[in-house]
Amino acid sequence: MKNPVRPAGRQSLCLSRGARQRQRIAGAVGQLFLLTVTSLSALAVFAIFFFIARDAIPFFRLNGFHEFFTSTHWYPSAGQPEFGALAIFVGSGLVTLGATVVAVPLGIAAAVCLSDVLPFSARQVVKPVIEMLAAIPSVAYGFFALVVLAPLLQQKGGAMLAVTAWIIGAPIAGLLVLVLSDLAADKVPERIRIRTRWLLVGLLGGVALTGLWFAGQALAGLEIPSGTNALNVSLILGIMALPTVVSVSEDALQAVGRDLREGSYALGATRAEMLVKTVLPAARSGIVAAVILGIMRAIGETMVVWMASGNASQIPTPWYNVLQPVRTLTATIAGDMGEADQVTGSSRFHVLFAMALCLLIISFLCNLGSEWVQRRTRRKTGG
Amino acid sequence: MNTWKTAMIGIAALSLAAGTVLAQAAGKIVVDGSTTVGPIAKAFAEYYMGKHTEVNITVSESGSGNGAKSLINSACDVASMSRPMKDSEKQAAMDAGVMPVEHIVAMDGIAVVVHMSNPVAGLTIDQLRDIYTSKTIRWSELGGPDKPIVVISRDTNSGTYETYESLVMHKEKMGEAVEYVGSNGAIRQRVMSTPGAIGYVGLAFTEGVKPVLVNGVEAIPETVVTKEYPIARPLYMYTNGEPEAGSSLAGFMALSVAPEGKQIIEEVGFVPLP
Repeated sequence: MKNPVRPAGRQSLCLSRGARQRQRIAGAVGQLFLLTVTSLSALAVFAIFFFIARDAIPFFRLNGFHEFFTSTHWYPSAGQPEFGALAIFVGSGLVTLGATVVAVPLGIAAAVCLSDVLPFSARQVVKPVIEMLAAIPSVAYGFFALVVLAPLLQQKGGAMLAVTAWIIGAPIAGLLVLVLSDLAADKVPERIRIRTRWLLVGLLGGVALTGLWFAGQALAGLEIPSGTNALNVSLILGIMALPTVVSVSEDALQAVGRDLREGSYALGATRAEMLVKTVLPAARSGIVAAVILGIMRAIGETMVVWMASGNASQIPTPWYNVLQPVRTLTATIAGDMGEADQVTGSSRFHVLFAMALCLLIISFLCNLGSEWVQRRTRRKTGG
Repeated sequence: MNTWKTAMIGIAALSLAAGTVLAQAAGKIVVDGSTTVGPIAKAFAEYYMGKHTEVNITVSESGSGNGAKSLINSACDVASMSRPMKDSEKQAAMDAGVMPVEHIVAMDGIAVVVHMSNPVAGLTIDQLRDIYTSKTIRWSELGGPDKPIVVISRDTNSGTYETYESLVMHKEKMGEAVEYVGSNGAIRQRVMSTPGAIGYVGLAFTEGVKPVLVNGVEAIPETVVTKEYPIARPLYMYTNGEPEAGSSLAGFMALSVAPEGKQIIEEVGFVPLP
C-alpha cells in the first residue's frame, strides 16, 4: 500500500498534483491547437483578401477607376493597352442571371417534389442522382458544352428553343387557364356556373395555344450562328448549380417539420395550398440561402465559361441577347494569366487582380445578403 | 509535365555539380525568349538532354524582347525570337561585348481556315483584316452564303495570335465580337462544327477544316518556306558569336537542320527549313 492514509473513495476522485498539472497543460495545448486550426481558415480568407488587394491596388493607382468600369474596350495586349472591363462585368452578370433562371425554378421544384411529393423509396434514389451532378468535374461540363451542346445549338437551336418553350409554357398555361376559369366562374350564378367554366376553359385555352404556337414558330425560325454563347453557358452553369440549390432548399423544406404541415391539413388545405401557403413561406430563408449559394457557384465557375462562352468582350445587343458570345471575369483571369508579366509589374498583370478583387467583393456581398435574409426571417418567425 | 521535371532535375543536378565538379558547368545551356519559339526550344532541349545526359538545358519564355535583353546581359546562351533583332538591340549587344549571330531555326506559317461547306476559296490580307475588325460581318460580302461570319481568334497569350496580329492586323485592334479560344485544337473544333466560322491555326491543324488561299497562295510548307505565303515568318535563335565547334551549344543549334530536329519542328506545328 503506497497511500495508506487516503480513504479509497477519495483516491478515485482526486488526482495527484502532478497529474492535475499535466491535465491542465494538456487541456490548454488542446484548446490552443483547436483555436489555431479554426483561426487558420479565417486567416486564410483575410490572407486571400490582403494579397489580392495588394496586387489590385497598383492597377487602380496606375489607370484609375474610370476606364475599368465604364469602357468596353478590352485590349490588354495591344501596343496602347486598353483595360475597359464593363463588357466583361456584363458578361459575368448575364451568364449568372441565365444560370439562375435555369437553376432556381428547376431546383426549388425538384426540392419540393423530393421533400413532399415523391414517396420515400423514390426519394432515396433521386436525391443521390441529383447530387451526383456536383461530382462531375467542371472541365467535363466544359467539354460537353463545347463539343456537344455548341454544335447542337447551331444546327437545331431554333427547334430546341421552340420545344423548350412548349415544354415550359404548356403546363404553366394549362394551370393558369384552369385556375382563372375557376375563379371567374365563381362570380356567375350557380345555374350556369359549370357551363361558363367550360366555355372559359375553351376560350382561354385557345388563346394560350395560339400564343404558344406563335412563340414556338418565332423561336423555331431563329438561327444561332455561334453555339458558344451566353445561352450555352447559362444552361450548363444552371445544371452545375442545380445540386446546390436542390440540396440546400430540400434541407430547408425538411426542417419545416410535420406540425406545420399537419396543422395546415387540419385547417382544410389541399396539398398544393399546404405547400404554397405554409411550407414554402416557412422555409423561405433556407431557400434564399440555397439560391444565393447557387448564384455564387455560377459566378465563380471558370473552366466552362472559358471553354464555351466564346470569350468575346462585347455587350450583346440588346443586352439580354443570350445568343451572342460573351466574356466573363473568371475566364478573363484564367485566360490572360499566362502572358501577364509578373516581373515588370505591368497593368496587364494587376488588372487581373482588380477583377479578382471585384469577384471577391461580389461574393462577400452575396454572403452578407444571405446572412441578412436568414437573420430577418428568424426574427419574424421568432425561431 | 515532362519538361518541368527535366528542368527541375537539371537544376538539382547543376547545383550539385557546381559545388563539386566545376568543369561540368560548361554543359549548361540557357534559352530565353519568344513564346512562339518556346515549344521548339523545349522539344529540342528534351531531345538533346535525352541524348546527352551531362548537359542541362533550361528554357524560359519571357517574350522576344526579353530574350534579346537576356542575351545582351549574358544571362542566356540562346535568345529565341519570333522577329529579327532590331538594329538598336544589335548595337546594345556590341556595346556590351556580345556578338549576336542569327540562326533561322524554322518557319512559322498560319493557315486561315473555314468550314468545309464554305464556298469561299480565297481571301486577301485586307479582307481578313476587315473580317477581324468586324468591318465585314456577312459571308455574302465575300461571295459566300448569306450567313453571319463567326470570327474566332486564339487567345491574346499565344504566339500564334502574336504572329497573326503582326502579319494581318497591322496594329489594328480586333473587333469586339471576335471569339477567343485557348488552343489550335479548339479553333479547329469550333470551325469544324460551325458553318459560318473563320479561324486561324498552325499548319499542322488543318485536318477537317478548309484552308483558304491567302492573297492567292496556298498554305503549304513549300510556300511558307519561300515566304510566298503572306502569313509566314522565320523564327530565330541568336547566340553570342558562332557556337564553338564540338561544344554542346553547337550540337544543340545544329538540331534545327538535322533530320530528327526537322521532325521535332513538324511535330510542334512549324515548318522546318529545307
